[in-house]
Amino acid sequence: MTQMIPVAVTVNGRLRAFEVAAHHTLLDVLRDDLDLTGTKECCLVGECGACTVRLDGRIVDSCLVLAVEADGGEVTTVEGLAPDGRLSPLQQAFLDAGAAQCGFCIPGQLMAAHALLELSPHPTVAEVQEGLAGNLCRCAGYQQITEAVLAAAGAADR
Amino acid sequence: MHSFAYARPTTVAEAVALLEAHGPDARLLAGGTDLIIRLRDGSARPAVVVDVKRIAELLPAIREDRGRLVISAGTVMTDVAADERVGRWFPALAEAASVVGSVQIRNRATLAGNICNASPAADTAPALLVYRAEVVAEGPAGTRRIALADFFVRSGVTTLARGELVSAIELPGPERRMGAVHLRRTRRRGHDLASVTLCCGVDETGVTRLAYGSVGPRPVLVVDESGVLADPAAPDDAKAAIFERMFAAASPSPRSMRASPEYRLAMLRVMGRRALGIAIDRLATGVTR
Repeated sequence: MTQMIPVAVTVNGRLRAFEVAAHHTLLDVLRDDLDLTGTKECCLVGECGACTVRLDGRIVDSCLVLAVEADGGEVTTVEGLAPDGRLSPLQQAFLDAGAAQCGFCIPGQLMAAHALLELSPHPTVAEVQEGLAGNLCRCAGYQQITEAVLAAAGAADR
Repeated sequence: MHSFAYARPTTVAEAVALLEAHGPDARLLAGGTDLIIRLRDGSARPAVVVDVKRIAELLPAIREDRGRLVISAGTVMTDVAADERVGRWFPALAEAASVVGSVQIRNRATLAGNICNASPAADTAPALLVYRAEVVAEGPAGTRRIALADFFVRSGVTTLARGELVSAIELPGPERRMGAVHLRRTRRRGHDLASVTLCCGVDETGVTRLAYGSVGPRPVLVVDESGVLADPAAPDDAKAAIFERMFAAASPSPRSMRASPEYRLAMLRVMGRRALGIAIDRLATGVTR
């Protein structure tokens, strides 16, 4: 019989307690159990970054984290960037720059960009590219994504 | 992913007991950036996964102890790359740690995990070999230290015995001034595994330590004590002969999809020379990064 393990995780500021099988990933739980489908499932090998969330402040590929590993931790998903339904300045910058094409990679891009701007509020183009190197965009919208991150950084100064 | 039991020991003794009891049916989980991929694709099918991240002695920490820098097994690449002492004393290790995977991977992947996986392409292995790293192993018989050069056997296989786990990687404080650099060749910029990964260190007595990976079943360390490589005035053909001996242990797999053996061997020679030049320059100028 599959062992079920009690886990408590703070997700987007709200404490969630549930039981989970050890082989279920954080990504599985976010999407299937907590209905937070903004976080995308894609490559499942840590290459594409579509499943990027923040765990205890740092971005991780949630497909490479078992849900039990997040026990006691704090998770922020893309839904947490707009808690009251209003887009964050970073999200608005993505829209304004036309960074979202098919949109599938955008939640992951946003999470990576959000973390980058916290660590480095005035990133260079190279820093944006490195900060988002773990997030692939199949539409190849990298130019617009980079512009959006730089615009959000600039707007924060005004 | 197939199901498995999950254990979260809080002491080394508890973890060692689990490893002893389950042997090859147990797998240690640190960052998970390799293990979870293998659990999912079925190439690893442990009965029990032992998560080491709540073991007090392994919690993320980089500390100085009797002239050594001790990097605990829970320390992730992001923290290795950013540590001020690593940057000052072991800059090539900081360089290597900062190019592993992506930000997401570096936030999760541990230095110890990179070593324990014993991937021939492990980016931190060459720098750790050049800096004379030792692996601290805890097991049923207690603690032992293994020189990293004696740790790797082949891909995925180390000299750890049943019941042993790695609690830390130790770096002896530099006895002599050294200039060192890590270089790698990838198929594309950004997030990719290395086709060649290499570190070269030249110290003030003229000893050159060169370590390379991704060109054979395990990372290789070679040392030139003749002083010829470190001497900018030494003739090119004398250096070439030494390089050829140093690269003799390279045997890239013909089955790899990343690069052909011919390409890897050619790049190894180019990068070896380039790294030597940078290392000599860094030694001379005192610039460490």
